Amino acid sequence: MSVSQNVAVKAKVNGLFSPKVGMKPRLFFWRVISFFIVFSVWELAGRADISIAFPPFSEVAVAFVEMLFSGEFTAAYADSLPPLLTGLCITIIGGVIIGISIGLVRGAEWFIMPLLIIFQTAPVSALIPMLTYIYGISDTAKVVAIVILGMPLVALNSYKGIQATNPSLLEMSKSFLASRFATIAFVILPSAQKMIFAGLRLGVSGAFIGIVLAELLITPTGIGDLITYNRFIARYDKMFATIVSILAVAGLTLSVMRFFEDWLFPSEKNE
Amino acid sequence: MDDIILKTEAVGVTYQESIVALENVSLSVPAAKLTAILGPSGCGKTTLLKVIAGLIEPSTGIIKVRGKETIGPGPDRALVFQDFALLPWATVLQNVAFGLRAVGVPKKEREKTSLHYIKEVGLSGFEDKYPHQLSGGMRQRTGLARALTVNSDILLMDEPFSAVDEQMRRKLQEDLLELLKIENKTVIFVTHSIEEAVYLADQVVILSGRPGSVADIVYPEIDRLGDIDLIRRQPRYIELVDEIWGSLKSYVE
Repeated sequence: MSVSQNVAVKAKVNGLFSPKVGMKPRLFFWRVISFFIVFSVWELAGRADISIAFPPFSEVAVAFVEMLFSGEFTAAYADSLPPLLTGLCITIIGGVIIGISIGLVRGAEWFIMPLLIIFQTAPVSALIPMLTYIYGISDTAKVVAIVILGMPLVALNSYKGIQATNPSLLEMSKSFLASRFATIAFVILPSAQKMIFAGLRLGVSGAFIGIVLAELLITPTGIGDLITYNRFIARYDKMFATIVSILAVAGLTLSVMRFFEDWLFPSEKNE
Repeated sequence: MDDIILKTEAVGVTYQESIVALENVSLSVPAAKLTAILGPSGCGKTTLLKVIAGLIEPSTGIIKVRGKETIGPGPDRALVFQDFALLPWATVLQNVAFGLRAVGVPKKEREKTSLHYIKEVGLSGFEDKYPHQLSGGMRQRTGLARALTVNSDILLMDEPFSAVDEQMRRKLQEDLLELLKIENKTVIFVTHSIEEAVYLADQVVILSGRPGSVADIVYPEIDRLGDIDLIRRQPRYIELVDEIWGSLKSYVE
């Protein structure tokens, strides 16, 4: 169950939430329509009595509001958010620094790349029992799960962004006597910016998968526990409401990042 | 004899220890004149220009600027690229100012200089446009303005007009001649077009096929002081184009 949920987290996070400041009304209209269609199909499918474990959208929405005001979400997120934020910070800062370094320093590439590729391709859920063994049932284990899932994506994309710098531009920079530092600042980093931010978005999605996985598999606390507990007591409406809340938080995080990117690089080519 | 500003002495470039791109190229470039390097494709024209620019280290031989040996790029030479090499995320103004920014010229000063050259190449009003909003001709004007802002004595142009259409190429060629009447620059110009070489250059260096070496040097001595529209009708122009084709033909294929 958890794996399919995580795929859903990733797909939704990447597709539906990328609002722009001053989004065109037409675009906004289509997004609303898109949500409306998804929720309607959900509602119909839920009412078709496929399974007791699949409640219609309306019940989930009611459960969502109920949990929002009963303090269940507040308590769960109070447990989940601190390790999530810690993990995200390490993922973002560490990933970008590692990615840029291996892109710029020749030796570093040979040293770190194999490790990143292993982490990117390995079925990380299989590593989680090992994390429990090393770090016990703790926030540290959660943070490590997040970092393992998120950081390779951030680092690899940053590295690819640096590598993809147009050689002609590097030659141009050299011919105009730019120092290595000036070349990095004025040519390489701006050129890698899109890839770096694409990597950050993937990394954040990875981090959300990491926290949910960790809380489902290692420590029954926070939002992971909310999912597991409600499944055990057959409150499927609440279980889905929790999943929806994760999507919302992940979407919000990605929107904040998009806003940050636009604010940092307000260039034409973002259009 | 003219003042010689740049010399290549027995320059050779060998790649991977066995592929000889250039062999024993010695040539003298007169100051404030336009020298064209002409040759069949793959003869090492661009390699020679990059050696002169200091971007490729020659395997043998040396480059002298004003009699002094130089290694690597220098402030006395500025390059115009075949593919324009503009920063896609930067405006025309920022692109033109790149050479000054790279060496730490303060913003106000570099923008003032850049605006002057943007005007000179005929791009006024496009300062805030991005490269993707410009036509090929305008992109190359941006590249030219960038090379002019660093105020080098020598402009190196690598097939600068080959990526634009024929009409735009003619216009750019004319504009280059007009510009050189104002700016006192030495130009080294790589081209595969015989017409372009004869039309623009005071000295045409013809390279043989691979490995490239100097096959011939021709001095068009075409009168460019009058109406530039008439250059292509001069008997001397037509004669030279035929003559150069005669000597190049043997190297093609």
